[in-house]
Amino acid sequence: MATQNPATRKAAIVGGNRIPFARSNSAYAQASNQDMLTATLDGLVARFGLQGESVGEVVAGAVLKHARDYNLTREAVLGSKLAPTTPAYDVQQACGTGLEAAVLVANKIALGQIEAGIAGGVDTTSDAPLAVSDDLRRVLISLNSAKTMGDRLKALARIRPGQLVPDMPRNAEPRTGLAMGDHAAITAEEWQIGREEQDELAARSHQNMAAAYDRGFFDDLVTPFLGLTRDNNLRPDSSVEKLAKLKPVFGTGDGATMTAGNSTPLTDGASAVLLASDEWAAAKGLPVLAHLVDAQTAAVDYVHGGEGLLMAPVYAVPVLLARNGLSLQDFDFYEIHEAFASTVLATMKAWDDPAFCKEKLGLDAPLGAIDRAKLNVHGSSLAAGHPFAATGGRIVASLAKTLHEAGPGKRGLISICAAGGQGVVAILES
Amino acid sequence: MADWYTSFANSGVGTTITEQLGLPRPVELRRYEPGEPLLPGPVVVGSAGAGRLRDAVTTVLRDAGVTVQSPVTADGGTDGEKLGAVVLDATGLTGPGDLAAAHDFLAPAIKRLRASGRVLVLADPPSDAGSPAQAAARQAVDGLVRSIAKELRAGSTANAIHVPEGAEGSLASPLRFFLSGRSAYVDGQLLTLSAADVPTGEDDAKPLAGKVAVVTGAARGIGAAIAEVMARDGAHVVAVDIPAAGDKLARVANEIGGTALQLDITAEDAPQRLVEHLTERHGGADVVVHNAGITRDKLLVNMDAARWNTVMAVNLQAQLDITQALLDTDGALKPDARVVCVSSQSGIAGNRGQTNYAASKAGVIGMVRAWAPHFAERGATINAVAPGFIITEMTAKMPFGTREIGSRINSLQQGGLPVDVAETIAWLSQPGSAGVNGQTVRVCGQSLLGA
Ligand SMILES: NC(=O)c1ccc[n+]([C@@H]2O[C@H](COP(=O)([O-])OP(=O)(O)OC[C@H]3O[C@@H](n4cnc5c(N)ncnc54)[C@H](O)[C@@H]3O)[C@@H](O)[C@H]2O)c1
Repeated sequence: MATQNPATRKAAIVGGNRIPFARSNSAYAQASNQDMLTATLDGLVARFGLQGESVGEVVAGAVLKHARDYNLTREAVLGSKLAPTTPAYDVQQACGTGLEAAVLVANKIALGQIEAGIAGGVDTTSDAPLAVSDDLRRVLISLNSAKTMGDRLKALARIRPGQLVPDMPRNAEPRTGLAMGDHAAITAEEWQIGREEQDELAARSHQNMAAAYDRGFFDDLVTPFLGLTRDNNLRPDSSVEKLAKLKPVFGTGDGATMTAGNSTPLTDGASAVLLASDEWAAAKGLPVLAHLVDAQTAAVDYVHGGEGLLMAPVYAVPVLLARNGLSLQDFDFYEIHEAFASTVLATMKAWDDPAFCKEKLGLDAPLGAIDRAKLNVHGSSLAAGHPFAATGGRIVASLAKTLHEAGPGKRGLISICAAGGQGVVAILES
Repeated sequence: MADWYTSFANSGVGTTITEQLGLPRPVELRRYEPGEPLLPGPVVVGSAGAGRLRDAVTTVLRDAGVTVQSPVTADGGTDGEKLGAVVLDATGLTGPGDLAAAHDFLAPAIKRLRASGRVLVLADPPSDAGSPAQAAARQAVDGLVRSIAKELRAGSTANAIHVPEGAEGSLASPLRFFLSGRSAYVDGQLLTLSAADVPTGEDDAKPLAGKVAVVTGAARGIGAAIAEVMARDGAHVVAVDIPAAGDKLARVANEIGGTALQLDITAEDAPQRLVEHLTERHGGADVVVHNAGITRDKLLVNMDAARWNTVMAVNLQAQLDITQALLDTDGALKPDARVVCVSSQSGIAGNRGQTNYAASKAGVIGMVRAWAPHFAERGATINAVAPGFIITEMTAKMPFGTREIGSRINSLQQGGLPVDVAETIAWLSQPGSAGVNGQTVRVCGQSLLGA
C-alpha cells in the first residue's frame, strides 16, 4: 500500500471545461492559443461562478508555442474573468502537458500550498509558430546590433534567397527525424497490430463519443467556441466498413495498417480542469466528482534502447499500480489516449504479454488484459481529435464525471503517451 | 436604447416633421435606475367612495420618499408643480353615482401630470360585490382606467389594482412597482391582489439579495435582460440555455457574476438535472423564471407535427415538468419561492400563423392560475408575464412594415425593451410581492391586440 504522508490530502476534481476541438485549419484557423485558452477559462469561470476569484494557481501549456507566448497562461488569466491576482505558469511536456499540469496543481493542493487551482492546455496547428532558418536568424541578429548604416547594409547583403524559406514546424522527432506516425507504425508492426482491430477501435471511439454527446454527457464539459458546438472531427456514423476503405499513411508494405482514420488528425483546441481541496469545494457549494489519487511519469529510450516512441506509459503504469497496491484489473474505467489506435492496442498487448512483462517490466506475471467494455467509454482522441496539450484536461474532466456518475468508490486509470518517448499516467477515484 | 423612430421623433428635425404630419410622437420612457427616486414629482392621492386605502397608500409613498399632495381642484388648485403620479382610492364604491367623484378628482390632476407620469386606481374586485349596482360601479373602473391609458400621452400610463377585503397588506410592493420606472411598458392593466403574509424589511436597492434565481433561455434577448436585472437586484443567477448557446450563456453569466448551466429544458432528464444542480450547488432555488421559448410559425393547415410538438415541448411542457419536479423534491424550491412563467400577447389575442405558439402561451396562463392556490399554501407564488411587442434579435428579423406596425399599435406608440419585461419579472420575484399570485401581467404598452 502507498506510504501516504499523513500531512497530505487528495485533490478533488470539481469539473472541467473545454471548447469543441477543431481539425487543423478549420473553425479555429484564425484563433490563437491565447484566444482559445482564455475562452476556455471563461467557460470554466461561468460554470463554477469564479468571476473575480483568485484561485491558487493556473497551470497550463501548449506544445506548439510562439515566442511571444512565453507567459501564455498568465496572459490568458489576465484576459479572463478570473481575478488579475491569480498566479499562473506554463508547463510543457508534449502530449503529456495537460495531465502533468493537473498533477502539478493536485500536488500543491495535496501539500496544502494552494486550496484550488486550474490545470489546462491548448494547442493550435493552424496558428503554429514559423521559425526562420538559423542562417537568417544570425543575419537578423547582426543587423539588429549594427550601429551604422554601412554596417546595416553589409549585414543585409548577407541574406540569400534560400534563407528566406521558413522552418515549418513538423510533427517529427528531432533525434530520429521520423514522424510520430512512422514511429507508431514501427511499434504496430513489432506488436503485430492488425488493420481491422485498429479500425474497430477507431469506429468505437466515434460511436461512443457521439452517444455521449447525444445523451448530454458533455453539456457541462464543453462550451461552444467560434460557432462550433461539437468536435468537428467526430463522425457519428463511422464504421469499420467505412474506415477499411482508407489508404495507409504510415508504415510500409504489408505492415502499413495506419490510416488517417485510425490515427489522430492535427487539431486545435483547449481544455481546463478545476481542482480543489474538499473544504474549498464544500465552502463554495461545488461538487467533488473524483479525487486525483496518484500519478507517475516514465520515459523510454526510443533512440538507442529499442523501445517504441509511445511505449512509456506501459512502463509507468506498473510502478503506479505497485505503489498503490492495485492490479491492472482493479479499475472501473480506463482512459488510454488514442494517439493512434495501434498505440492503444500495442499498450494493452504489452501489458498482457508474459515475456515483455518479465523482461522489460521486471514483473513475475503479466499485468493481464483489461475489459474492453471499460475502455474509453465516452470516446477519446480518435473521435475528438488531439490538440496536444489539451488532451489531458479533456480526459481528466471526462473521466472524473464518468466516475461520479458511476457512484462513489469507482476507480479510473489514465494513460497518456507523449513525444520524446515519455508517458504520464494517473489514478482517479470517485 | 430607444428604437430608431422614437429617437428620430425626439430629434430636432424629427419633432418638426412628426408634429406637422401628425405622426405618433413616442417619447423615451422613464425607466428604473438604481438610486433614482421612485417618482420624479409629487403624488396626489384622492378618493371616490368610502376609501379604506388612503392612509396605507400615503404611508407607503412617504416611506419611499415621495411627496404626497392634497387633491387638486378643478380650477387648477394648489401650487404649480407638475405631478409624478395620480392615485385614486376607489374602494368602497356603492353604485355608479360614486364615480362622479372619480371624474372630479382625476380630470384636473391628470392635466398636471408630467411626462412618464402614472395614474393608478385602487378598487374592490367586481366579483365579490354586494349588489348589482356595486358590481357595476366596480366594473366601471375598468373601462375608466383603460380609457385613461389610451388618452394619456408622453409615456404616461394608467393601471388599476383590485384589492379584495383582507388583501390590504399586499399593496405596498405592487403600488411601488406601478409608480416606478420598472413598470414603464405596463399600461392599461388590472392586477388583482390576494391576502398573503408579506415579509417586511426588504432592501429597496437589492430586493433579491441572497436569492438564487434560475432563468431559462438566458443566453440572449429577454432572458439575458432578466438575468441582468435579477443580478442587479442582488440575486445569484443560474443562467440556463441550450448547450449550443453555451458561449453566449457564459458571457451573460460572467458579466453578472452568475453561473451558466447548459441544459436543453426539453431533454428527458432535464427536470432531474436541474433539480440536482440546484440542490447540490445552491441549496435550492428562490426564484424560477421560465423564459425559454421558441416560435415555429405556419398556418395551421400547413403545419407539420414537428413544428407543433417542438413549440409545445419548449414553451409549455417543459415549464410544467420542471415546476412539478421542483415541487416534488424536498429542498429544490424554497418554501416562499417565486415562479414566473413567460407567456405572450399571442396567447391572449391569438395570432395568424401562430396556432402552436399561441396555444402554448395561453396554456401557460391556465397553468399559473391552476397552480396558484397550491403555491399560496407554502407561501410561494406563481405568475405569468405576457410581453407584447418587445424589440429583440427575433423581432429585428421581421419585415420592416410588420415590425413598424407591430411596434406602434399600442398606447405608448413604441415597442418595449427586454428590460421592461425583465423589470416586471424581477418585481414579481420580490419577497414583498407575496400578494400577487396566479396573475398574468401584460407588458405590452396597452397593445390593441387582445385588449
Ligand atoms: N420578443 C418578443 O417580442 C416576445 C413577445 C412575447 C413573448 N416573448 C417570449 O419571451 C421569451 C424570450 O423571448 P426572446 O425574444 O428573448 O427570444 P430569443 O429567441 O431571443 O431567446 C430565447 C432563448 O431561449 C433559448 N431556448 C430555446 N429553446 C430552449 C431549450 N429547449 N432549452 C433551453 N433554452 C432554450 C434560446 O436558445 C434563446 O437563447 C420567449 O418565451 C418568448 O416566447 C417574446
